[in-house]
Amino acid sequence: MAQTQGVQTLGGKASPLLVADGVTLQYKTTDHLVTATWRVSFEVFTGERFVLLGPSGCGKSTLLKAIAGFMQPVEGAFRLAGKPITKPGSDRMMVFQEFDQLLPWKTVLGNVMFPLLVNHRMSRNDAREHARQLLAKVNLTRFEDVHPHMLSGGMKQRTAIARALAMEPKVLLMDEPFAALDALTRRKMQEELVALWEEVGFTVIFVTHSIEEALLVGSRILVLSPHPGRVKAELNAHNLGFSSIGTPEFEALHRRIHDLLFTDKIETDLAPEAAHG
Amino acid sequence: MAELAIHRSSPRPQPPARPERIISLDTLGTVGDAARPLGPIERLANITMVRRLVVLALLAVFWEAYARYNGNSLLFPSLSETLAAFWDAATRGPLIDRTLNSLSVLAMGYGIGLLTAAVFTTLAVSTRAGTDLLSTLTAMFNPLPAIALLPLALLWFGLGAKSLVFVIVHSVLWAVALNTHSGFTSVSPTLRMAGQNCGLKGISFVMLLLVPAAFPSILTGLKIGWAFAWRTLIAAELVFGASSRSGGLGWFIFENRNQLETPSVFAGLLTVILIGLVVESVIFRTLENMTVRRWGMQS
Repeated sequence: MAQTQGVQTLGGKASPLLVADGVTLQYKTTDHLVTATWRVSFEVFTGERFVLLGPSGCGKSTLLKAIAGFMQPVEGAFRLAGKPITKPGSDRMMVFQEFDQLLPWKTVLGNVMFPLLVNHRMSRNDAREHARQLLAKVNLTRFEDVHPHMLSGGMKQRTAIARALAMEPKVLLMDEPFAALDALTRRKMQEELVALWEEVGFTVIFVTHSIEEALLVGSRILVLSPHPGRVKAELNAHNLGFSSIGTPEFEALHRRIHDLLFTDKIETDLAPEAAHG
Repeated sequence: MAELAIHRSSPRPQPPARPERIISLDTLGTVGDAARPLGPIERLANITMVRRLVVLALLAVFWEAYARYNGNSLLFPSLSETLAAFWDAATRGPLIDRTLNSLSVLAMGYGIGLLTAAVFTTLAVSTRAGTDLLSTLTAMFNPLPAIALLPLALLWFGLGAKSLVFVIVHSVLWAVALNTHSGFTSVSPTLRMAGQNCGLKGISFVMLLLVPAAFPSILTGLKIGWAFAWRTLIAAELVFGASSRSGGLGWFIFENRNQLETPSVFAGLLTVILIGLVVESVIFRTLENMTVRRWGMQS
């Protein structure tokens, strides 16, 4: 159950960009030691849209935070391009679910320039130019001088995506970035993300609990079981897109994942603290 | 039971089946400006400054009328007498000098207090021992009125500016440190992670993320600190000031009371109020408008 099942690597002998090697993650709450994931292994290749999918409490967000370097595995390791991940870094830019990830005291442009300047990646003028190009890509050119509190939720998330992409990270980490948006905006953002991926060609690890979102956004889907998170399956969805909504293939995969997630009852009573994991 | 039966027997309402409608928006014509412009009086009444000035004018009229009716300028001088004394003291008397004296002592104490607070809070956010130290010290000293330390300060530093600076530092330090620290600890985990993700660490994390993110609390601390410091200073100057050669505003008030120059006492009090108003509603207000209001962190 807990093993990766006969994965056919699509890219032939290419070496993976990110490796999770038997990762066990634990964190402490005030009176519990919660095991968020148990010996999770997977490989992400350059250019993939890799989705971590699972119900609440399967440790998918914790997994992403560990890839970002905010916590260390108690067992196993993450390796990015061969090097173990030990601390947060701007080669793994993260887009969070919460809107307050933007710096409220900086304009939209200032937010996108911020990591470029902090890391001395380029001069102020170059950073401004670079940030403007990215804001144009996410359709925010008209709002570059606006402070985040004047933006809608979707615009805030687009700013965060632009900020992350500006750093040209090795891998873009997205933690349920569209979960707090209304349904119409969410669908639009999903389409825009895939369009942006087609244009720019980044690698992204995307966390979601929505099967539909996983199918639309992902090219490969890691299905996790809850309490603690263990790998249940790794599925291909690269031939599914927005045009395949309602097609038999789409519905079939949707059904397969649904069955995978709901075959055993979700044990919500075991570790209630892990709900945000 | 009977009611239920009645409800059940009443016929269920049947909405009529209606044809669908689809309207092309450009057939509706241009959308007119539906907003109504405000009248001049409404617009005037919306300016806070104007409303405040009206209140001030009413108070002034009331003051003048009462003082004239009373007719005892030794106990309660009228507004015009106070203003005359104010003008006299400002142009020919020592009022300006005294005020500048007070302000320079205040600035020194405030500055030293802020620096010390910065050191304490940086310690407190970077180490757990620092947190414990700061919370213990603020719990001890925050409730202690700074003016209560004046006798001790006089013993240690003698009569003069040093003692004043000491009590002012004490009055500023804990208020600012407490607010700054609570501002730091309430910065959201997401914003912290976003900052670290962008590559901030150590002192750059404090200066570029924590300080601006906690700025609403820091500003509150600065305001409280200023109010404490100003009160403490005037109170301390009332106690002494003669020996520090020129004396401050508090001494000006005390001196004039001794000479029964009541209009000048009022003029001194008026100066204290005016400076308080200017700092509060010009300096701090501008700072707020430039920062937390513009950033949408405070409405």
